[in-house]
Amino acid sequence: MSLTDTSISFPPWSQVFDVLAFRQGYNTSAVVLGTTLLGLAAGTVGVFTLLRRRALMGDVLAHATLPGIALAFLAATALGMEGRSLPVLLLGAAATAVLAAAAVQAVTRHTRLTEDTAMAAALSVFFGVGVVLLMVIARMPVGNQGGLKTFILGQTAAMTGRDTMLIGGLALAAFVVTGLVYKELRLVCFDAGYARARGWPVGALDLLMMALVVTITVVGLQAVGLVLVIALVIIPPTAARFWTSQLGVMLPVSAAIGAISGYLGAAVSALIPRLPTGAIIVLTAGAVFIVSMLAAPHRGLLATALRALALRRRTAEHHVLRALFESRETGAPPSLRELRGIGGAVARLDRRGLLTGRGASMALTARGLSQAAQITRNHRLWEQFLVDYAELAPSHVDFSADRVEHVLTPDLVAELEAAAAARGRLPTPAGAELIPSVHPLRSPDAGGGP
Amino acid sequence: MTTLAQQFWTMDVPAGLTAVFAALACGVLGSFLVLRKQALMGDAISHAVLPGIVIAFLLTGSRATLPVLVGAAVAGVLTVVLVEALCRLARVEAQASMGVVFSLLFALGVILVRRTADRVDLDPDCVLYGQLETIFWERLTGPVALLDPTVWADAPHQLASTGAIALLSVAAVTILFKELRIAAFDPGLATAQGFRAGVLHYVLMVLVACAVVASFEAVGSILVVAMLVCPAASARLLTDRLSSHVWLSALISAASAAAGYVIAGFGPAAVARLTGWDIAGEALSASGMIAATSGLVLAAAIFLAPSHGVVARAIRRRRLRARIDREDLLASLFRDEEQHRPSDAAVFRAATVRAARRLGQVDFEPGGTRIRLTESGRTEARRLIRAHRLWEGYLVDELGARPDQVHRTATELEHVTDAAMDRELAPPGAERRDQSGKPVPPRDS
Repeated sequence: MSLTDTSISFPPWSQVFDVLAFRQGYNTSAVVLGTTLLGLAAGTVGVFTLLRRRALMGDVLAHATLPGIALAFLAATALGMEGRSLPVLLLGAAATAVLAAAAVQAVTRHTRLTEDTAMAAALSVFFGVGVVLLMVIARMPVGNQGGLKTFILGQTAAMTGRDTMLIGGLALAAFVVTGLVYKELRLVCFDAGYARARGWPVGALDLLMMALVVTITVVGLQAVGLVLVIALVIIPPTAARFWTSQLGVMLPVSAAIGAISGYLGAAVSALIPRLPTGAIIVLTAGAVFIVSMLAAPHRGLLATALRALALRRRTAEHHVLRALFESRETGAPPSLRELRGIGGAVARLDRRGLLTGRGASMALTARGLSQAAQITRNHRLWEQFLVDYAELAPSHVDFSADRVEHVLTPDLVAELEAAAAARGRLPTPAGAELIPSVHPLRSPDAGGGP
Repeated sequence: MTTLAQQFWTMDVPAGLTAVFAALACGVLGSFLVLRKQALMGDAISHAVLPGIVIAFLLTGSRATLPVLVGAAVAGVLTVVLVEALCRLARVEAQASMGVVFSLLFALGVILVRRTADRVDLDPDCVLYGQLETIFWERLTGPVALLDPTVWADAPHQLASTGAIALLSVAAVTILFKELRIAAFDPGLATAQGFRAGVLHYVLMVLVACAVVASFEAVGSILVVAMLVCPAASARLLTDRLSSHVWLSALISAASAAAGYVIAGFGPAAVARLTGWDIAGEALSASGMIAATSGLVLAAAIFLAPSHGVVARAIRRRRLRARIDREDLLASLFRDEEQHRPSDAAVFRAATVRAARRLGQVDFEPGGTRIRLTESGRTEARRLIRAHRLWEGYLVDELGARPDQVHRTATELEHVTDAAMDRELAPPGAERRDQSGKPVPPRDS
C-alpha cells in the first residue's frame, strides 16, 4: 500500500474545456460561477482583515457558525418548517457568528485579555457548543438531518442551482459593499487612532468589516466548509501583498487570485471524481501563494535572497579594497587572511580591472586605488562620527563602522562630512581628501585588529 | 456488582481520566501561550496535524497509535517551523502566516483522506471532535483491579499518551519555569542572560504540538484549543502572579474536563429523570461539553473575577464616582462658608447629599433646605481645598500654566492627592495663598 497507487483518471481535453467555458451542464456551471464569485468577494474583504491584523477573525467566525446552523435547524424543525432549507441555516449561522464577533470585541475592550486569546476562546467554545447541539440533533427522532455535517468540510455536490444563486448573490453584495466603504475601511486599517481622532466611527466600521467577513464565511460554508473558508479570506490577500505595497493594486490582485482559485478549484473537482472542492480551491490558492512568495519582484524570497547575496558580495569586495589600501598606507602587507570568503571577491575585482596579481604581489590598479580611497574614507568618516557624536571609544568603532560603511548613500556621506567638518576633522573644509584613521591600523606584527 | 458500577469503572473512569490528563497538559502549556499572545497557535497546530496523521496511516497501513502520533507530531512541529519561517523570512503578518499554513495543511489532509477513503478508515470528523466515548478499559472492573499489574497492560493507549504528555508538560514547566518566565515577559533579557529565547520558544511550541497530538484523539482538535486557551484566560483574570497563573490554569482546566465529562455523561439521563421528558437519556458529546464548560468558567471569570472582572471594575468605577461627587459637595460647601453664602441642598444630587449625611459630614440647618458642613466634614473639605489650591500654585509656579486655566486640572487632581503628595507640593514653612489671594488652608496635624 502506498501513496502513489491512488490513480487519478484524467478527463479528455474537450471536457476540460467545456467545464472551464461553463458548458458542462447547468449545475456544474452554476457551482463554478458561484465559487468564482465567492473567491472574488473573499479576496476583496480579506485584504482589509489582513491589514487590520485580524486575519484569523474569519476562522473564529467560521467556527462560530456551527451552533447557529444547529440552532436554526432545531428552530425550523420545531416550527414545522423544512430544517434543511439553506436560507434558514445561513441566517442561523450568521447570527451566532455575529454574536462571536461581538463577544470578541467586548472581551478585548472590557477585560485585560488580549485579542488573540479572546478569538481562540470564542472559536473553541462556540464550536464545542455546536458539536454538542449536533449530537442532540442526531439523537432526535426527526429525519432529514444528515446533511448538516457537510457544512464542516463543505460539499458542492449538495448545492442546488437555487443555492448557488443565493451564494453568488450574497458574495456579489459583499463585494459591492466593500467597494462602497473602501475609503473608510482604508483609513481604519492604516491608522485607527487617527481615524478615531477625526471622528470616524471606528467601532462601527470594524463591525461592518466583521459583518462582511461573516457574509463571506456563511456564503462559503456549503462550498468549501467552515474549516477551510478562512483560507479564501487569508491566502489571496497575503499572496497579493508580496506583489505590491499599494492598497489600490493589492485589492484587484487579491480579488483576482481569489476568483481564479475559486474558478479553477471548482472546475478541477468537477472534472476529477473524489476530489473535495473546498480543499482543491484552497490548494489552488496555496499554489498561487507559493509562487508569489518565491517570485514576487521586491518582497519575494528570491528577490530578497538575491539582494542579500549582492550585499554580501559588495561587502567582501569593500573589505579587500580597504585592506589593500591600508596596507599601502602602513607599508605592511595586506592582512587578507583574516577576511574569510574573499576568493570570489578578489576574482571579481580582478575581472573589473580594480586589482592585479595574487597573494603577495596583489596590488590595486589606478581605478581600484580611487575606489578603495573612497571606501576607506567612508569607513573613517563613520568611525569619526561615532567617536565624536556617539562618544564611543576609538578602539571599539571599527566593528560598528564595518557594518554601516557598505550601505552609506551619497546623502549620508555628505552629512557625515558636514559633521566631521563641524569638529574640524577634515583637512580642508570641503575637500575630498582622506582623513586619518581614529585608531591604529592593523599591522602584521600586532597579529590582529585593534 | 451492578452493571452500572462496572460501566463506571471500565468506561467512565478511563475516559474521564484521559480528558483530565489532556486538560492538565493543555492548561499548563496554555498559560504561556496566552501570555505570549500565541493563543491561536494551538488552533493552527490542531488543524494542521491532519495530513501527518493520514500520511503516517498510509505509510504503515495500520491504525497503531505510535506511527500516527509520530506523524501528527511531525506535522505539528512542521507547522510551527513554517509559521515562524513565513513570519521571519517572508515577513508575513503573524495571524496570516498561521492561517496560510494550517489551512493549506488541512486542505492537503482532507484531499488525502478523500482520495484514499476506500483504504483509510479515518473520518476527518473524529479528528475534529475526538472520540472520548470509545475509550474502554475492559479489565478495570473496580479500584481493586488497579493493584493487579496485568490489568495495566491492557490500559487504553489514549490514557497512556495523555498521561505521558501531562507528566512531561508539568515536568518541563517546573524545570524550565524561571527561563520560561523571563522569555515570556522579556525575550531580550532572556537572550542577554545567555539562553536563547528563540530556542525556548521552540521547546514550548514542540510541547504544545505534542499536547495537541496526544489529546486530539481523545478530545478532538478544536476542543484542544478550548483547553489551551479558556482555562489560561480565566486564570489570567484571577491572578497577577505567573506561578499561580500556571497552576491555577492547570487546575481550572482539569476541573472543567471532569465537570464537562460528568455533565455530558450523566446530564441527559438526569434531566430525563427529573423532568420526565421523553428524551433519549444517552450521553452527549463529552468533548463538546468540556469545551462548553471551560467557556462557561471563562465567562464567569470575565464577569466575577475579584479585581479584574467586569462587575468588580464597574463597582470600583461607581464607588470612585460617588466619592468624587461627595468630595465635590464638601468642597463647594466649604467655599460657600468662606464667602458667607448660604448653601442650597437642591443643587446637589440627592444621593450624594444622603451619602455625605450618612458619613456625618453634612447636616441640614434646623427646619430648612439649607445644608452645612459638620466638623468632620469641614476637616475633610479643608484637606480637599488645600490640595486644590496647592495644585493651582504648583501648576502656575512650577509648570508655568496660565492662572485662569488651572482650576479644572486642580479639580481633577484634588481627589487623588494623598498626604505624601501634599507634603511634596507644599514648601515647608511658607504660608501660601492661591492665585486669587484666597488662603490655602493649613494641613491637619
